Amino acid sequence: MSTPTPVVAVDQSLLYPSVYKEFWQHFSKNKGAVAGLAFMLVIVFCALFAPWVAPHDPSEQYRDFLLTPPVWLEGGQWQFLLGTDELGRDLLSRLIQGSRLSLLIGLSSVVMSLIPGILMGLLAGFFPKILGPTIMRLMDIMLALPSLLLAVAIVAILGPGLINTVIAIAIVSLPSYVRLTRAAVMGELNRDYVTAARLAGATLPRLMFITVLPNCMAPLIVQATLSFSSAILDAAALGFLGLGVQPPTPEWGTMLASARDYIERAWWVVSLPGLTILLSVLAINLMGDGLRDALDPKLKNAA
Amino acid sequence: MFSFIARRVGLLIPTFFGITLLTFALIRLIPGDPVEVMMGERRVDPEMHAQAMERLGLNKPLYAQYIDYVGKLAHGDLGESLRTRTSVWSEFTSLFPATLELSIAALIFAGILGLLAGVIAALKRGSLFDHGVMGISLAGYSMPIFWWGLILIMFFSVSLGWTPVSGRIDLLYDIPPKTGFMLIDTLLSDEEGSFMDALRHLILPAIVLGTIPLAVIARMTRSSMLEVLREDYVRTARAKGLSPARVVFVHGLRNALIPVLTVFGLQVGTLLAGAVLTETIFSWPGIGKWLIEAIGARDYPVVQNGILLIACLVILVNFVVDILYGFANPRIRHQR
Amino acid sequence: MCGLPNFVARYRLTYGFITCGVRYLKSTFKLATLRGAIALAVFSVAVGISAKPLVVCTEASPEGFDTALYTTAVTADASAETIYNRLVDFKPGTTEIVPALAETWEISDDGLTYTFHLRKGVKFHTTEYFKPTRDMNADDVIWSFQRQLDPNHPWHKQSQVGYPYFESMGFKELLKNVEKVDDSTVKFTLTRRESPFLADVAMAFASVYSAEYADQLLKANKTDNLNSQPIGTGPFVFQRYAKDAQVRFKANPEYFRGKPPADTLIFAIATDNNVRLQKLKANECQVALYPKPDDIPNIKKDPNLKVDELNSMTTAYIAMNTTHKYMSDVRVRKAIELAFDKEAYVKALFGKDNATVAVNPYPDTLLGYNKDLKNPAHDLDKARALLKEAGVPEGTVLTLFTRNGGGPTNPNPAMGAQMMQSDLAKVGIKLDIRVMEWGEMLKRAKNGEHDMVSAGWSGDNGDPDNFLTPNLSCEAAKNGENYARWCNQKFQTLIDQAREKTDPAERAALYEQAQVIFNQDLPWISMAYTKAFTAMRNNVEGYHISPLTTNNFATTQVK
Repeated sequence: MSTPTPVVAVDQSLLYPSVYKEFWQHFSKNKGAVAGLAFMLVIVFCALFAPWVAPHDPSEQYRDFLLTPPVWLEGGQWQFLLGTDELGRDLLSRLIQGSRLSLLIGLSSVVMSLIPGILMGLLAGFFPKILGPTIMRLMDIMLALPSLLLAVAIVAILGPGLINTVIAIAIVSLPSYVRLTRAAVMGELNRDYVTAARLAGATLPRLMFITVLPNCMAPLIVQATLSFSSAILDAAALGFLGLGVQPPTPEWGTMLASARDYIERAWWVVSLPGLTILLSVLAINLMGDGLRDALDPKLKNAA
Repeated sequence: MFSFIARRVGLLIPTFFGITLLTFALIRLIPGDPVEVMMGERRVDPEMHAQAMERLGLNKPLYAQYIDYVGKLAHGDLGESLRTRTSVWSEFTSLFPATLELSIAALIFAGILGLLAGVIAALKRGSLFDHGVMGISLAGYSMPIFWWGLILIMFFSVSLGWTPVSGRIDLLYDIPPKTGFMLIDTLLSDEEGSFMDALRHLILPAIVLGTIPLAVIARMTRSSMLEVLREDYVRTARAKGLSPARVVFVHGLRNALIPVLTVFGLQVGTLLAGAVLTETIFSWPGIGKWLIEAIGARDYPVVQNGILLIACLVILVNFVVDILYGFANPRIRHQR
Repeated sequence: MCGLPNFVARYRLTYGFITCGVRYLKSTFKLATLRGAIALAVFSVAVGISAKPLVVCTEASPEGFDTALYTTAVTADASAETIYNRLVDFKPGTTEIVPALAETWEISDDGLTYTFHLRKGVKFHTTEYFKPTRDMNADDVIWSFQRQLDPNHPWHKQSQVGYPYFESMGFKELLKNVEKVDDSTVKFTLTRRESPFLADVAMAFASVYSAEYADQLLKANKTDNLNSQPIGTGPFVFQRYAKDAQVRFKANPEYFRGKPPADTLIFAIATDNNVRLQKLKANECQVALYPKPDDIPNIKKDPNLKVDELNSMTTAYIAMNTTHKYMSDVRVRKAIELAFDKEAYVKALFGKDNATVAVNPYPDTLLGYNKDLKNPAHDLDKARALLKEAGVPEGTVLTLFTRNGGGPTNPNPAMGAQMMQSDLAKVGIKLDIRVMEWGEMLKRAKNGEHDMVSAGWSGDNGDPDNFLTPNLSCEAAKNGENYARWCNQKFQTLIDQAREKTDPAERAALYEQAQVIFNQDLPWISMAYTKAFTAMRNNVEGYHISPLTTNNFATTQVK
């Protein structure tokens, strides 16, 4: 979970009222964002305490209860609130367990692309002669390939699996961080405070990471939130194509892929994982909107 | 203006070479060997294997293979599919119209609905409609489209029986592929009702593929419209007593469209990625499905050049959008 | 000699990399009637153009139409079975050899010379791109074989990858000579005895092409057209092909067995089996190939549909790598079999009545099936005891390779693997499932990287040797085709003897003994003997499901 890190929003010397408070005031004005946050808190709770929250072991196969419908349908069992899948595994437990995976994939791919992305963006911004354009061309090349195709190709190289899914998604989302960081850095470089720091003899790393970077964080945080949600979507798409996380690990997209054969007899198997993906991604995007409004009023009306 | 275009073209060339290098590397890195794949489960004796590798030029050192590859590209030779032994270019051109038709339909759907919703939402800012549009578009933006496709098929094709399950047209129509665009071909053919049939086949896939662009366009139109409506010239136009419709559509929308245009360009990549999933769900014979299958079959030339062609397409569209943008907005033109 | 490749390659295309499904909610029936009405309306329009088209929903695009270049069954269906003929044919629905382009033949006493007497007056297709000036004769037969055999033949080099089917059948070494005796007589000389030779030349790669057409193409420098604009003598004339969409044929009025009843034959390509079924229900196609075993009861219930089924010559199995640690111990292999609930597996994967739980390496429809052998009862305690005896520590990790898309020998690999995983967990073995793309899996399995691999084999000439030699012989263990890497001298001797014998009873006895050794040493867990299914509309007549994984529509019609 990328909880807002308002420290970075510290702007000049205006330290009143508390930045946290100010941020929260802005954020809480956006009802959608708060709803998104609430939903995400539930998901995070489920993910953290999955073994205790889930009523069953997600891999336990109840072979006498194949494709049991959810409890409110005829033939449903209280034992399996949302029904069971084709191997008799409890769907609710698998969805809960799946939240772990989706959040893990989201979080780790964001971290894995954020850090190199920021680094490359900083380099591109600070060295506009040769290194900068080279990096930007490289990013252009990556942007020219549709992200899903690139991800599929990367997974085809690395082989399917959790870690490789994360790597593929991280690589695919790299260019947006690089571009964003570079643009922000270019904007900051001409500011007086940077010149001042330079004159004061700040070393290049200090200039990069301590002087300039914190002032570029707002759009990056928003971008991180958005790419968190698209990471979940991409992972699900890869899983759906059979290239994502491997069974029996319950991942939402993979659950959809293996369940679609049963939709005629058991719609719940295919509808529920999809709905869960939709709601989670929506919640994160709502939060992202709220964050943007609160952190960076300049961006407010941008799509 | 000329130097602006020249600069942009200059940027294209290294990008193009970078892409050839990338596609070349990508496919060589994929484990598995094409000869093995071609033979199925049959025994491949080493001698035969070596012969096949030689015939395919896969036994040369990598740099030589790359030089071969670029040399062939320069002559417009995109190679032959290992699986079907037909030229990649002819496979691409036979399948691309299907993808293009689908994408255009999706963009028309997304464009019209998105612009309309965005403009109205902007005009009625803060209203229930505005909130509704924003909420729905965010949901659309968050949609796992492979699931969305299945849900739509379940509802419209199966429960209601309004739309066909898959494919581009009912097979009992014998439509010779003159242009490759089913809607045009059906009009050229003399088979009654085939055009409507093709249209009915197109609706669901276009909606599914258009969902994300629709959401993006609606949001983008709304925000850029809001900005434009605050501008002085709009106020002036209003003050002049021009009709509200004229103000909105002539003065407002025209200027609001500029950023939307960029989004259109950026959506091409998204659209092609979406096409991979959409085509798979709807058995749509296009390039997305073709490429995914080729990657699975280690069909080197198809993957390499298919990705290359798609990348070129994306670059080209963005290039055109850039230029249009430059025409529309002098500030961009003079920037680096 | 060739087995699963047909099937598997077919399914590799279909399911190998990506399957995306479309399945429908309850009210499919309503749809069926509604769509049926629409389709009927359309149908009546179409009738004016061509009477009674037969639309077949197939599962993948053919790779091309020069059938000798390819090995997959889907390609053979769209080329060898429609456009071409061979010297001899399998009688529809059987493995019995019947005359085709050759009316009669003689086999020399040493079994090394085959003389075929060709049928007279057989015409090649007349199309917009080719008008034959002569009937089919010995030159055409010679051309069709020499192209693949003779490295100096002008057409030999036209194929980038050679002629995979011909070569893997060992025809390069087997054929000494193919010569023309006179216009209607061809003589084949072999380098060794090959009892299934007639069956071999009934296979797709032995199709007879028009030498006249080939010469024209070569002269015009349009050799690629042989693949895109094919000419043959078969029941259907090629019309048009749209990749991933359809192949259209029209009936050959001059077909030597008489004009086929279907005027127009259309292959509608729908990779997803749910889509195929849906189209069948909507009468968008009249025959749907490869329905999912799961759907069979459903189809049988539908009053408009029927199912043709056949015990196919197919075994699904899990090969255990007998060269790996632990797996080399027969007790461990036995323990795995005991721990694994085969019955539940077969029922869940194939559905009741759609497959039989397997015991032996080949199904009971073949010669010398040992009926006395039985599967041991599912017994966890005994399995645990055996594992303990063999010194396998609790929590040992073993790998299982499986492919990423379903095929007839394994309709749902991921699900099957997970069932096995959960069963073995109960006796303290952690199963590491590695799902891979088909080609990659084969390669790795041939290298012996696996502990276990889920595979399948389907024979296509009906001989037990076709199962045992390619999969379980010592030679196959060396080149890795024997995924168990199992080489048992006693077993090898038995199957070698059986191959040389001609008396069926003697052979059967030897094979029965071989199966006893197989079951004692257990290199495989034989999982299931599957059935082949084809779903069709009730009014379809004259279709014969083939044990050879091919589909021929020369006698099929819509009533």
